[in-house]
Amino acid sequence: MNIELINICKSFAGKLVLQDISFQEEVHSIAVIGPSGGGKSTLLRVIGGLLNPDSGEIKIDGIKIDFNEKALQLYRRNIGFVFQAKGLFEHLTGMENMMLPLIHSFGMNKYDAEKAGDDLLKRFGLSDEKNKYPYQLSGGQQQRIAIARAIAVKPKLLLLDEPTSALDPEYTAEVLDMLGELQNEGLKTIIVTHEMGFAKNACEKVMFLVNNQIIESGKSNEIFNAPKSPELMAFLNKILEWKV
Amino acid sequence: MTELENKKPTTLNKILSGLFVATILVGFLWLSIRSIGLELDFSTLLPYKQRLWQGFVMTIIISVGSLIVSLFIGSITAIGQNARILAISYLCKTYVQIIRGTPLLVQIYFFYYIIGTAWGIDNRYVAGILILSIFEGAYISEIVRGGLESIDHQQYEIAKAIGLTPIKTLQFVTLPILLSRILPALAGQFASIIKDSSLLSVIAVIELTQTIQEISADNFRMFENYIFVGLLYFILTFSVSMISGVLERRYNHEYRTNKYL
Repeated sequence: MNIELINICKSFAGKLVLQDISFQEEVHSIAVIGPSGGGKSTLLRVIGGLLNPDSGEIKIDGIKIDFNEKALQLYRRNIGFVFQAKGLFEHLTGMENMMLPLIHSFGMNKYDAEKAGDDLLKRFGLSDEKNKYPYQLSGGQQQRIAIARAIAVKPKLLLLDEPTSALDPEYTAEVLDMLGELQNEGLKTIIVTHEMGFAKNACEKVMFLVNNQIIESGKSNEIFNAPKSPELMAFLNKILEWKV
Repeated sequence: MTELENKKPTTLNKILSGLFVATILVGFLWLSIRSIGLELDFSTLLPYKQRLWQGFVMTIIISVGSLIVSLFIGSITAIGQNARILAISYLCKTYVQIIRGTPLLVQIYFFYYIIGTAWGIDNRYVAGILILSIFEGAYISEIVRGGLESIDHQQYEIAKAIGLTPIKTLQFVTLPILLSRILPALAGQFASIIKDSSLLSVIAVIELTQTIQEISADNFRMFENYIFVGLLYFILTFSVSMISGVLERRYNHEYRTNKYL
């Protein structure tokens, strides 16, 4: 999938968050890394059609995204989005969370939706959790159901906003395992993450975002083994300092 | 485990405690009645049972009518309070402030004799329901507004991300979550409506209180009359609180959303 960002700008209440972001890549899997407050989540929301940029264009496979609400509703149905935490509807069980988009965004009938939901939950070992409400699930289980829900609609692209930041290390591993498996099957993903191991080993490409701009991007092994910009070197030094 | 079990009251404990409370209450009442030498005879109310029944039904009709209309007013003004158009927001906030800041009795006189007369609302039952709805609507507005504000913004973002239309978001996300949160407060408000409807007697709406006033003017048995009517109100509000308990359990998280799917 070809993703092209052209001069994307976004500010909140006068504070610039994205400054002239331009980028074009053939996406299989990209990790977006960088310090907090650098604009990573905002960029992901813009790509996912959840936030409109103040200016600039996005083209997916050469087709320009139309930022009017009706068109965006259709666009969002083809994009999966996973939030940092609390990404499930709190008043619905795991299974109902799976079924809601299938039925009400995609017009699937209840029987097919239930079957599709069942299959995915079974596949990821979540069958025991299907009748539980989010407050009865661990953070890792919630996140895996959220991912399962996002891929149930067979999205063209899956976006993940720090899906493991709110999790214990043990749960982080189970979520990353699931993601790695999906990527291997050819699911296109963009993930904002602080898990450098995952960015380096599981993602094909890396985008480094700092101070509202893309400072460096490219193949992940090159980026991690031979960072060019001083910002990235400093960032990597800092976060790898306490790694075992 | 034993500690947990110890915290649960035994059936015997429950019965004894219940009896104790009942004895204290009844004893206190009996002592008070004895000390002023009052002799209660509720059979004096028997000849009026037809009128009492009609008043009782009228109170229910007015309360249910007001509940429906005030829910409508309350929901509209709750949304209106956060409207982007400043004039609408001010209007709704002013309404809530003024209504909540003045006594119902004053509002009944004001709306019935000034506004009602000016706009030709002659039917005192319609007027009564409207006035009560305007009053209770302000409180319901605050309940709904609080409920809406308590919903985590991310729930809407999820709805957006999965491509739900705004109407479906309202139907499958906002309303079910809102309802489960505000149901207890709404039930309390409904009990208030039932009690507040008694004030409509001042514009001669023949509901329970007005009925008992008329009966009192006839039989002069004030004490029996008002104790009995208090009991009738309590039966109504107690039923509401029982029903709300059932609804609360059903709507609180565990409630089945299958019917929405």
